[in-house]
Amino acid sequence: MDAPVGAHGTEYEVVVERGKIQEFAAAMQSEDPAYRGPDAIVPPTFLTSGALWAPDGARVNVGFDRRRLLHGQQEYVFHGPPPQAGQVLRAIERIEDRYEKPGKRGGLMRFAVVVTEYRAEDGTLVAEGRSTLIETAPRQEGAA
Amino acid sequence: MTDIGRPPLDVGAQAPARDFGPLTTRMFARYAGASGDFNPMHYDDTLARSAGYPSVFSQGMHSAALLASYAVDWLGARNVRRFGVRFQEQVWPGDVLTCSGEVTAVERRADGWLVTTGLTATRSNGGVAVSASADFLLAT
Repeated sequence: MDAPVGAHGTEYEVVVERGKIQEFAAAMQSEDPAYRGPDAIVPPTFLTSGALWAPDGARVNVGFDRRRLLHGQQEYVFHGPPPQAGQVLRAIERIEDRYEKPGKRGGLMRFAVVVTEYRAEDGTLVAEGRSTLIETAPRQEGAA
Repeated sequence: MTDIGRPPLDVGAQAPARDFGPLTTRMFARYAGASGDFNPMHYDDTLARSAGYPSVFSQGMHSAALLASYAVDWLGARNVRRFGVRFQEQVWPGDVLTCSGEVTAVERRADGWLVTTGLTATRSNGGVAVSASADFLLAT
């Protein structure tokens, strides 16, 4: 059975490391000095790499068939300047929404919105990630 | 009372366009390492072809990261407060992504101006790979 709206994962640490920020900045072809050095801040989409630190089972499972899974949208919100190297964030995922739409060739497309909250050591909410995941409609019986 | 004057940018102001590419499998591999997204469809050509694709293709988040790079060059890495992308077309080796951006709203806040932008990364064939909406807080 699929996890319902409101279901959440377990908390995991996201260690914000300067080397990892620099590596990410190189991959995004950015030469911005804000992404270098001991006080480097995170690039807008960097927190996606936080999933690297998630232990098995910590992330929510929306229950979609991986062979039909698409990443539709991704958003990051920062409640202040982006986090910086040296911070240890605590991340937790939850399912914010689920909905369905008819597929173009019949069947149902399923959508799930997963929100990740990132909190500083003192509990302050510093950033949120919002992923819209899509499970495309299953191939129809008798379809070409 | 503080007069914070006119906004730093007007609605409709545009950033100069920037091209990324031609993109290579090596760039996808570098992004895989940086992000931890090791889906082999993005760097293992044999596997991608056996799954029915013409070749490997870029991670959507790789294109999003290039568009983010363009956006922060324009309005500042420390100023970003929101960056949201929608994935539209797949991106292939050899594609050049042309990034463009425009101010869509400017709102006065207690601590500055919140500038909302619309951003687009367009493929060489004219198709939109990713579009984004991003907010930047510009201090007065």
